[in-house]
Amino acid sequence: MLYNLFATAYDWWCALGEKLSLPQALVSGIGMLAVCVVVLAFMLVLCLFLVYLERKVAGHIQHRYGPMRVGPHGVFQTVADAIKILMKEDIVPRKADYLLHLISPGIVFLACFMAFLILPFGERLQVKDLDIGILYVFAVSSFAVIGIVLAGWSSNNKWSMLGGMRAAAQMVSYEVPLVLSLLVVVMYTGSLRLGAIVQYQQDNSWFVFTVPGLIGFVIYLIAATAEVNRTPFDLPESESELVGGYNTEYSGMKFALFFLAEFLNMFIAAAIGATFFLGGWDLFDLAYLHGTAAFLIKTLGIVLLLMWFRWTFPRLRVDRLMEFGWKFLLPVAFANILLAGFIIKWGEIVN
Amino acid sequence: MSVKTETMYLNMGPQHPSTHGVLRIGLEIDGEVVIKGTPDIGYLHRGMEKIAESSTYIKYVVMLDRTDYPCALTNEMAYILPVEKLLGCEVPARAQFIRTITMELNRIASHLLFFGTFGVDMGAITPINYAFRERELILDLLDDLSGQRLLYHYFRIGGVYRDLPQGWTERAMKFVKWMRDRLVEYDRLLSTNAIFIDRLRGVGIVSREDALAWGFTGPNMRASGVKFDLRKDEPYCAYQGLDFEVPTGKHGDCLDRYTMRMEEMYESTRIIEQAIAKLPEGEIRTKVPMRVKLPKGEWYGRVAGARGEHGCYIVSDGGASPYRLKIRAPSFSNLQILEKMLVGCKIADVVAIIGSVDISLGDVDR
Repeated sequence: MLYNLFATAYDWWCALGEKLSLPQALVSGIGMLAVCVVVLAFMLVLCLFLVYLERKVAGHIQHRYGPMRVGPHGVFQTVADAIKILMKEDIVPRKADYLLHLISPGIVFLACFMAFLILPFGERLQVKDLDIGILYVFAVSSFAVIGIVLAGWSSNNKWSMLGGMRAAAQMVSYEVPLVLSLLVVVMYTGSLRLGAIVQYQQDNSWFVFTVPGLIGFVIYLIAATAEVNRTPFDLPESESELVGGYNTEYSGMKFALFFLAEFLNMFIAAAIGATFFLGGWDLFDLAYLHGTAAFLIKTLGIVLLLMWFRWTFPRLRVDRLMEFGWKFLLPVAFANILLAGFIIKWGEIVN
Repeated sequence: MSVKTETMYLNMGPQHPSTHGVLRIGLEIDGEVVIKGTPDIGYLHRGMEKIAESSTYIKYVVMLDRTDYPCALTNEMAYILPVEKLLGCEVPARAQFIRTITMELNRIASHLLFFGTFGVDMGAITPINYAFRERELILDLLDDLSGQRLLYHYFRIGGVYRDLPQGWTERAMKFVKWMRDRLVEYDRLLSTNAIFIDRLRGVGIVSREDALAWGFTGPNMRASGVKFDLRKDEPYCAYQGLDFEVPTGKHGDCLDRYTMRMEEMYESTRIIEQAIAKLPEGEIRTKVPMRVKLPKGEWYGRVAGARGEHGCYIVSDGGASPYRLKIRAPSFSNLQILEKMLVGCKIADVVAIIGSVDISLGDVDR
């Protein structure tokens, strides 16, 4: 199976290291580096694909074709864009904080990269199945807020700063219902490990088919859309209000990092959603779709849903956004946890 | 403990995606709340009124297209109306009907532009693509009449430039049918969207008194509950015998101003339909002297443009060119209340308010 390929290769490398009696640190160091390179390469290819997909989806929703010129149906458009953006001049505003301006896109991208390390693409196709998996995802994705706020602050531009402030407020407040919605799943499975969560769904049923799971999934989708700053929650970079928000003063590769991170974050949000609520790599025990393909289909399904949102909805206003998050989403998420608690206890009593 | 806080001065425009051209607003903000907003205009000033003084009456019509460019034909009409009256031209009935039809088509095109850009202001990027698809059909229709897509110069003193080409009325009727279906589609896409309504309801309220006192005209005024439409109350061209409603709002907020325009588009399709059905045969232009000279005096002509009352105030000293020509620009007058509306709203509302008032900077600055 293809998805075992990487794991087998890693095992083979470790065995080889042992046979050649190389120092343990060197073997694992090179192994990790290789893993990072593979993951990074995958992320970049994925990005190219997602950007192309978004443009095509947007095009067809908007009664046009989207990119058509570079390659058949414009498939190489994003490659051309990537080359173009790599060669662009890096402009830093004169009064910007140079260091912070430099590192903030890196922080945002790094957060993304770290979250990628534990996404369970298949039963063994996962860089590391941490015991505290989901906690780790939230820990590293909170990083991104710092990067965005720094970007807004360091650009020394009022629009950027407003965007950064909005991003901080929004991402911090929507993180709470986001975590609470996933907590329901954790209550059922009793494990934070992503592998265990998928395993539980394989043994029982997908969480989206249970009542608390379904409510949790809806909350998760809304909160995740806000977390990755996409329409209708794209306030931090709302181009019609804040020009470009926190990335107004960014160009070239630095801008590209923000841009890539945005798409990767969307993929991560979709992947976590697929893992927690849609059974991850499980697909009704259809053997030929078992594994990575099933996972990717589900994830891309959610990604397409998010894209559909983006090209249909207008944007919320900042105060309504906060109200919606704190006054509606959060209480519902708490009520959902209570409900899940009752159901679990009821099940125990009945049995 | 009290912390000393400062307000922030934010320069919005003239290069800002949502100021619809080159409007600059100096915003004083406290967090996201606007304390004071000062509009600054004049970036697109071309001295239209001064140019009139060195032009002739016939030649000047072409300049008027360039004021409120999304709705060019009503500009021409506002100027031609008093000139024709003074010359005592008997404009043929067919020309009057053609004028009515083309002006209403132009009004729909202008409102479509509003619909699309307003959607973008609100963060919905899709509607503009639909709006422009329909707008393109109108531009094609008007292009066939005048040879221009935007700045038509189709109306002449005493009539119109050319007669309708063969099959044009059928195409216009086909467009009307198509447009009505699309209006239902627009409502499903944007007008009934909960987020959209939530953003606009109760934002930028202009009371009936304010609307009258600050010189609001057109859909903006009607949104505040003033039932007044020059097409109905002071009919010109062929509007007299046509049956259409004048939609009026209740609250005078952004949502009402948006709804007015959507409903006006529907009414416009009704006007076009009736006007085409009643279209008489005959001449399209009367003879006017090569050198138009107006008698000494002052005159004002006004028509209902897409943005409000287009007016032309002509002062003549008896010569071949106006002594002074004042264009009453609806966008300019509608912009006056902006400073009052902006107080206390959020930055996102600023965009909503500017968008809903639907200014055209070519019209504001002239």
